[in-house]
Amino acid sequence: MQKVNRLQPFFENLVFEREDNRMIVNFGPQHPSSHGQLRLVLELDGELVTKATPDVGYLHRGMEKMAENMIYNEFLPTTDRMDYIASTSNNYGFALAVEKLIDLDVPRRAKVIRMMLLELSRLTSHLFWIAAHALDVGAMTVFLYAFREREYAMDLFEDYCGARLTHSAVRIGGVPLDLPKGWTNSLMKFINEMPAAIETYEGLLDQNRIWKMRLEDVGVITPEMAQSWGCSGPMLRGSGIAWDIRKEEPYELYDEVEFDVPVSDRCDSYGRYKIHMQEMRESLKILKQLIPMYGETTPELMANAPKYISAPKEQVMTQNYSLMQHFVLVTQGMRPPVGEVYVVTESPKGELGFYINSQGDPYPYRLKLRAPSFWHTSILQELLPGQYLADVVTIIGNANIVFGEIDR
Amino acid sequence: MRAYQDKKNVQAKAYYNDRFHVAPQIPKLDVSSDEIFAKDVEELKSAFSIEEAYIQRGQLVVYIDAKDIVKVMTFLRDSLSYNFLSELSAIDWLAKSGEFEIFYQMLSTSKRKRMRVKFFIKEKEEIQTVSNVYKSADWAEREMYDMFGVKILGHHYMKRILMPDDWHDHPLRKTYPLIGDEEAQWYEIDKIFGREYRDIIGPEERDSAKIVEKDTHNFARIKHEVPFGAEYSEKPIETDYQEEGGIPIVRKLSKSNVKILKERP
Repeated sequence: MQKVNRLQPFFENLVFEREDNRMIVNFGPQHPSSHGQLRLVLELDGELVTKATPDVGYLHRGMEKMAENMIYNEFLPTTDRMDYIASTSNNYGFALAVEKLIDLDVPRRAKVIRMMLLELSRLTSHLFWIAAHALDVGAMTVFLYAFREREYAMDLFEDYCGARLTHSAVRIGGVPLDLPKGWTNSLMKFINEMPAAIETYEGLLDQNRIWKMRLEDVGVITPEMAQSWGCSGPMLRGSGIAWDIRKEEPYELYDEVEFDVPVSDRCDSYGRYKIHMQEMRESLKILKQLIPMYGETTPELMANAPKYISAPKEQVMTQNYSLMQHFVLVTQGMRPPVGEVYVVTESPKGELGFYINSQGDPYPYRLKLRAPSFWHTSILQELLPGQYLADVVTIIGNANIVFGEIDR
Repeated sequence: MRAYQDKKNVQAKAYYNDRFHVAPQIPKLDVSSDEIFAKDVEELKSAFSIEEAYIQRGQLVVYIDAKDIVKVMTFLRDSLSYNFLSELSAIDWLAKSGEFEIFYQMLSTSKRKRMRVKFFIKEKEEIQTVSNVYKSADWAEREMYDMFGVKILGHHYMKRILMPDDWHDHPLRKTYPLIGDEEAQWYEIDKIFGREYRDIIGPEERDSAKIVEKDTHNFARIKHEVPFGAEYSEKPIETDYQEEGGIPIVRKLSKSNVKILKERP
C-alpha cells in the first residue's frame, strides 16, 4: 500500500509492477462506460486482460426483502426501479406473476394496451442501448439520433400515463387507464417514422470501418457458453440459439400477432448489434398489428375478481360493497392462494423471471427476481480474459446490462 | 406490557386475520398428467431417490435428497436435456422447522419445459456447488450465501456479492429486520470516520420515510412553507391540510343527476 504523500503521486486505482508489464486496473464503479455501478478488477498484461473479477452490489436496495414486507400492489412501483430503461417490462413481469398465482384472466383491451406498452418499452430500451453503446465505442452521432427517437417514444408513454421513466402503467389485473384520444394516431406516426430512423443508424454503423473493427469477433460467446452461463434474450440469440419467450411460451396475445425472431450465429458483438436492430423492426411490426386489434376490443380494462382486484372507480364510489372491498384490498391487500409460481417474460434484456412463494398472506413469503443482466454480468469473468482493455468497454456496452436489475 | 413478538420472524405481518379464513391451495397435479414430465420423473426415479413430484401451474416440482444435487444436475443436463439453470435460491423456513428450502429453476429449450428441483437443508448444513455443471450457478450461489448464509462447498470464489465483505448477518433471513440491525446502523460511520466518531455523529438514520425537520439548514423548509412566490418567513406555520369549508361529501346520489362518460375525456 502506498502512503499518502504530497511529494509523490498517489494512485488510488493503480498498482504498477514495472518489471513484468503487468498491472491491476480498477475499472469503475464510477466509470462512464461501466453503465452504472460496475466495478471490474482487471489484471492486465500490457493491454491484454488476463483476469477479470466483476464486482457488483453498489446499487443494492434489497428489493426482495422489501417485497416480503409489502402487499402485492405496493411492490409494483418498486419494480420500476429494476430495469429503469424499460420499466413497463418489469411492472408487467411482476403483474403477470401475481396473475398466474391467483389464476386471473385479464380483459382483452388491457392485454392489447399492455402489449403496446411492452413493445414500446422494448423500443426505448434498444434505442438507449444503441445510443449508449455507440457512444462508448466512439460514434457520437448515433447517440444524438437515437435519443431523439427515444424521446418520441417517451412522449407516447407520457401521453398515456404521465410518467416518462417509471411508468407503473400496468396493474395487477389489467391497466388503470384506457388510451387517450388520438394516441393510436401518434403511435402510428411513430411507427411510420421509425424504420427510416433505424435505417439511419444502420447506415451510420453497418459498414462503418471503426464500428466493424471494434465489434467484429469481439466478445465471442459460443452456444455452449451461453447455455452454461444462463444467457437469455439477444445475448442468447446472438449465439445462434433461437429462443424467444414471446414465441416459445407465449403470454398475452403474442400468439396472435405475427413477428419473427432474429437470430445470429456470428456469436460476436456485431451479430448482437444486428439482432437489436432487427428486433426493433419486429417490435414495430407487432405495434402495427396491435392498433386494429385495439379497435375491436370492448372497453373493460381491469379483471373482474372482487376477491383480489378492486372494482372500477365508478362502482367503488357508488356501491357500498365495492367500497368495502376496495378498502380491505388497499389497507390489507389481497390474499393469494398457497403455492408457488415462477413466471418468465421476455424483457428487452432477456428472460425476466419472478418466483413467488405465497403462504396465503397478503405479503409474499419469498419473492425472487431473476434479472437477465445479473447473469449477463457474471459471464464477463469468462468473456473478458484474452480481450484488450479497449474491448472491455465494447463488451460491457454490448451486453446491455442495467444495474438497477443486477443489484436489485 | 408490550405484546410479544416472534423474534424468529420480524417481517411485516397482516394487521388483521380472519380466523375462519382457510387459504386456498394452488392445485398440485399428478405427474402423469403430462407426458414429458412423467417420462422425466420416471428416469430420475430410476437413478435417484425422489421424495415428492408434482406439477404446479405447468411446471414440474421435484424434491430430491440434498446429497444427490450435483449428480441430479449432471443427469438433468446430460440425459434429460435441461440445458439452462435459470435461477437458484433459498427460502427461509428457520422459524418453522429450522430449515432452508433450496430451489433450482431449470429450463429445457428442446422440450420447452421448465422444472424446479428442490430440497431442504438444516441451518448449518453445507451443500455442494453446482457451478461446475452449470456456470450460471456461480453468482447465484454467491448471492444465496450472501443473503441467507447457506455455505457452499467446492465453489471457486465463495464471497459475498451484493453486500460488503465485512457485513454482519444475512439480510434475507426472516430474523433480519427490514431497516437493518444495529451493526448496519454503525457500518458507514465506522467505515468512513472510524469507531471513535460514533458518539459525535450518532447512528445512521435507516428509516427512509423519516422526516427530519431539524437538519442544519432545513432545506425542505418543513413547517415554513409559503405560497408560491411569497417571502420566506422565520415564523413556523401550522398547517392542518383541510379544504376551506370542509370536505365536499356527496350525500344523495341519484342516477338522474350524474353524468356517465362513454370514454375518457
